[in-house]
Amino acid sequence: MKPDRHGYFGEWGGQYVPETLMPALQELEAAYRDARRDPAFGRELRGLLRDYSGRPTPLYEAKRLSAAWKADRVFLKREDLNHTGAHKINNALGQALLARRLGKKRIIAETGAGQHGVATATVCALFGLECRVYMGVEDMKRQAPNVQRMRLLGAEVAPVESGTKTLKDATNEAIRDWVTKVSTTHYIIGSTVGPHPYPLLVRDFQSVIGREARAQSKKKLGRLPDVVVACVGGGSNSMGMFHAFRGDSRVKLIGVEAAGKGVRSGAHAATLTAGRPGVLHGSRSYLLQDANGQVTGTHSISAGLDYPGVGPEHSFLKDSGRATYVAVTDSQALDAFRECCRLEGIIPALETSHALAYARRLKGIVLICLSGRGDKDLATVMNSPSTRSGQKGRDDRH
Amino acid sequence: MTAIDERFAELRRANRPALMPYLCAGFPDAATFRSLLRAAADAGSDLVEIGVPFSDPIADGPAIQHASHEALVAGATPDRALAWSRDLAGPAKVVMTYANVVLARGAAAFFRRASAAGFSGAIIPDLTPEAARRHVNGASGLDLIPMIAPTTTPARMRTLVKGRGGFVYLVSVAGVTGARRDLPAGLEAFVQRVKRETPRPVCVGFGIATTAHAAAVGRYADGVIVGSALVRIIREAGKRHAARNVGIFLGRMRRALDASRR
Repeated sequence: MKPDRHGYFGEWGGQYVPETLMPALQELEAAYRDARRDPAFGRELRGLLRDYSGRPTPLYEAKRLSAAWKADRVFLKREDLNHTGAHKINNALGQALLARRLGKKRIIAETGAGQHGVATATVCALFGLECRVYMGVEDMKRQAPNVQRMRLLGAEVAPVESGTKTLKDATNEAIRDWVTKVSTTHYIIGSTVGPHPYPLLVRDFQSVIGREARAQSKKKLGRLPDVVVACVGGGSNSMGMFHAFRGDSRVKLIGVEAAGKGVRSGAHAATLTAGRPGVLHGSRSYLLQDANGQVTGTHSISAGLDYPGVGPEHSFLKDSGRATYVAVTDSQALDAFRECCRLEGIIPALETSHALAYARRLKGIVLICLSGRGDKDLATVMNSPSTRSGQKGRDDRH
Repeated sequence: MTAIDERFAELRRANRPALMPYLCAGFPDAATFRSLLRAAADAGSDLVEIGVPFSDPIADGPAIQHASHEALVAGATPDRALAWSRDLAGPAKVVMTYANVVLARGAAAFFRRASAAGFSGAIIPDLTPEAARRHVNGASGLDLIPMIAPTTTPARMRTLVKGRGGFVYLVSVAGVTGARRDLPAGLEAFVQRVKRETPRPVCVGFGIATTAHAAAVGRYADGVIVGSALVRIIREAGKRHAARNVGIFLGRMRRALDASRR
């Protein structure tokens, strides 16, 4: 699906930004159009994905999970095996090449879980670019290893104290920085959110995930999977996975959101499950908000899913019925996290664990995007009530 | 002809630049906000920009962000903001807010309610004219005020300033709202460039914080918009003295603006 010339997927997307940014968005759109026509750009990006990030990532059959679950067979698309430990590097590399075409030497980014921040800090080191990453202080606490990695890589991590102190407010601050320094700065948005052309170009850079997985399925299985599952915060790994399968009408696409303490509790981040149409961070999409249009606070144990908005193309896929969106709670995600560690020897990110938690109830051949590794989440997991209950009793809070 | 057009016609005849304070509805509380509106009118404001606070104001710097946040915590809503402003007589009223507040219950409904509360213009920084056309079918009853930024290309500027009525909001610097010490270099040339393309009045906002700024900009622009500087005055004065101090400050600005044309 291509957005229309104003950047809408149907009624979703568009460009809702201060006038100061409009010329930069038009410039980015033009640069991206040129880059796509330039064989050298594609060659360089493919080379980096292969030699620097380690693509293609494997499609791994998780036999112990399939034995424990309802599915006939379970396959994991191992994005955690990318350099920097998650799919985020796919987009960061692509956008860094675009920044170079734009002649911009300063890069900013927002990050929630820190995976996009680390990927951006990494490509900035590689390309010799100045890098500033906005991160909510709440997330800096719960994803401390990633803060240290970003600093080691030479990036400046800017703590965000305002509002929810998480990804939403980090994004606000990144946009304000961009408005102020737009002539020298490229903003590497980490998900399929933001004003057009970001949802399009992030999806395109991430669509390598689904393209590889689809070809690998055909080769390994002689057929396509019955179901493709991925977690959805802003929606970049899921969109990257879904895109290649969009025309395969017999392949079911399922996006898994964060239900936090339960969708009915109000403490969740299940935007497509419980949101209404709205405008946040430059595009129109489903949004968690009150009746007056104020964006509401969210909760998820996973910093990367703890966001009240979602990419506009997901809203389109939801309305068209091509993809289905569901939500799982913090504790279901934690259980799936532990199960994957114990049965497969793979420590998944808490974000990814949401996809695993839903996949365990599916039948047939199930393909899951294992979007990232979970080393960053050890502190959260070790402090969660059920991990500690064996040793300490049940009233522990984190 | 709206109240804004009438106001600028009068100002043009009198050779005076417009004074347009920005006040965030419900900051620091409802009662003080209403007394601030009266003080602004009494000090000779020609237009008043009334902010309906939004949870995620990406075009605003820390001063207005915090004011908006406090107003929301204190109970400000779009309906209340309009109701609190309804009785203000004298200045033309312009509502300022963000796209999601306007679209939450439908753009047409929002503009109808604003119009019924006596507003004649709307400033929505994240609703570009392209997006506005999609959500506002036909006449909104309010002048949608176009914003021109230093980054706006000449071709785009010519498209944005088309139309009649209301005024053009010239964003003095690439950045967010906030008091700044110095006016940006080349501001006068920027204003002249925009004025060559449109007969509409051109008002300058973002960074206008002192009477000296007003005196300088009043020479070449049709008006000034002052917001973050007022937030600071309100904070420093406390609720009891906020209206008095804002009145004194705006009175000085008024005189500086009028003196700039003599």
